[in-house]
Amino acid sequence: MVNPTTRERASVQELIAKAGNNKRKKAIEKIIPVILFLIAGVSVLTTIGIVATLIFETVTFFRQVPILSFIFGTEWLPFSNKEAKFGILPLIAGTLKITLIAVIVAVPIGLAAAIYLSEYASDTARRIIKPVLEVLAGVPTIVYGFFALTFVTPVLQTIIPDLKIFNALSPGIVVGFMIIPMIASLSEDAMSAVPNAMREGALAMGATKFEVAIKVVLPAALSGILASVVLATSRAIGETMIVSLAGGSTPRFDANFTDSVQTMTAYIVQVSTGDAGYGTPIYYSIYAVGFTLFLFTLLMNFLASRITKRFREAY
Amino acid sequence: MRITEQQPGVSKRYIDPDSVTKRMDGRKVINTVFRSLFFMATLVALLVLGILFYRILSQGLGFLSAEFFQNFASRIPEKAGIKAALVGSLWLMAVVAPVSMFLGIGTAIYLEEYAKKNRINDLIRMNISNLAGVPSVVFGLLGLTIFVRALALGNSILAAGFTMSLLILPVIIVAAQEAIRAVPQDVREASYGMGATKWQTIVRVVLPSAIPGILTGSILALSRAVGETAPLIVIGVPVIIHFLPTGVTDTFTALPMQIYDWAKRPQADFQQVASAGIIVLMAFLLFMNSIAVLIRNKFQKRY
Repeated sequence: MVNPTTRERASVQELIAKAGNNKRKKAIEKIIPVILFLIAGVSVLTTIGIVATLIFETVTFFRQVPILSFIFGTEWLPFSNKEAKFGILPLIAGTLKITLIAVIVAVPIGLAAAIYLSEYASDTARRIIKPVLEVLAGVPTIVYGFFALTFVTPVLQTIIPDLKIFNALSPGIVVGFMIIPMIASLSEDAMSAVPNAMREGALAMGATKFEVAIKVVLPAALSGILASVVLATSRAIGETMIVSLAGGSTPRFDANFTDSVQTMTAYIVQVSTGDAGYGTPIYYSIYAVGFTLFLFTLLMNFLASRITKRFREAY
Repeated sequence: MRITEQQPGVSKRYIDPDSVTKRMDGRKVINTVFRSLFFMATLVALLVLGILFYRILSQGLGFLSAEFFQNFASRIPEKAGIKAALVGSLWLMAVVAPVSMFLGIGTAIYLEEYAKKNRINDLIRMNISNLAGVPSVVFGLLGLTIFVRALALGNSILAAGFTMSLLILPVIIVAAQEAIRAVPQDVREASYGMGATKWQTIVRVVLPSAIPGILTGSILALSRAVGETAPLIVIGVPVIIHFLPTGVTDTFTALPMQIYDWAKRPQADFQQVASAGIIVLMAFLLFMNSIAVLIRNKFQKRY
């Protein structure tokens, strides 16, 4: 009589041996990583695609428009009947105006909200306020644009009678509100990462909560806070729908905030909604403008990652 | 702190209690003042959200009728409807969801389970975080050149869907990475211990536990694609469309495009139509987000 356990053990060993020899399974184990690597390559290809497209079409644009008059030109008149002028500075000025107002609005409010949430708020308050702030971040920008045009501008006009229907102020403020959640939530993360022992140390020395927040937590979390501001600035630079709905389409190279402006993004939208013929300088100009925009945001993102790397304090 | 004069007969006192109390009171006042300032700033942000919702609901609810969902775009505000845009957005989702999730989850599995630490994989990681910072309008330019022109897809659902998929890809990758990372190593080792291969472990052990997290993140990313306008404009998605698409190669229009068109019109009535469109869009997003929250609460495993 054969011992049943021996027989079963033998069959399991056979099974394992059989499984080990399964060629199909071995092939799958080898092929899968390759396929997944190729899939992961799509994101790299996307970046290459973006950079290549922008450079390629921008070079075509510079064959028709001299590069120096593009970089240093202070007049942007692409639709002019007499002589079209492609000087990017007015569009950059428009973008910077919007970004400046947005940052002025968003940094104090966003930071204050972050300090409140991380240092003062009770757990219950935080559990309610944080998701609501996230809703603010999830509102589509087209909705913000509509809000800027139909609500914020009329309200501002009652305060500043000179304000035109299209202006830099109203979209700037609304872009600011759009990026508040970003600053608030990223800064709050940075502040919450500061160990409690440091807070308790300061409190034990007789500091008030405000002093703890300003003199202990804020400096310790500075890198995260700065990075959040830079990232939010980058978002403001690239924001499109709010500025094209409420900002207008008048490129101007000055410091006027109450008249119609045009940002780089709004110009791309303006050309895209019109009928710029394929192959005309106007068609290629959106790539040159897009490339400039891309460089601006790339610079900001690079800056943000440098800040987090360089000033990170590890506890 | 002021050091008091030494008085005869009294023991040395270097700290004047009155001055200390006064200073402490001042610091406490500052604390209280700033506490309320910080709180008010938070309220301001929430208040703006409240005003925004109130404005849109009060303007748009009147136009939200059954006909609004049955009509196509029109020059007359009363006859304008959102049918083509709503159906178009659903078609867009039908392309974006599978494409972006396939690419996103694949990349996340590669990075979390297979990628060794070397230069190529570092490059992939760095590239993903950079890609997340590229403005959506630039993705539109990519879509216009590659999908609309080079691949000759025209302004079809497919071209827009691919562009949107690439736009939200970084968000999905990061969400999927986090979900996969949250599956503890023990579970994987237990699976290997039972004789499973790496791929078997991933498909039968890791992914089932990570799926709720991946789905939640993906749905949130998809809701961003639903509300995104700029890439569609650059691709050249039309607004006035009087038919419904029958396949992915058809032209279409989407909710945000339709809203953009209405918002730009000078007539006051169209502002209300735009508000009604925004209500539909926001309801759509709210629906998606509640599904995401539901999945998270119901299926998320905690180890």
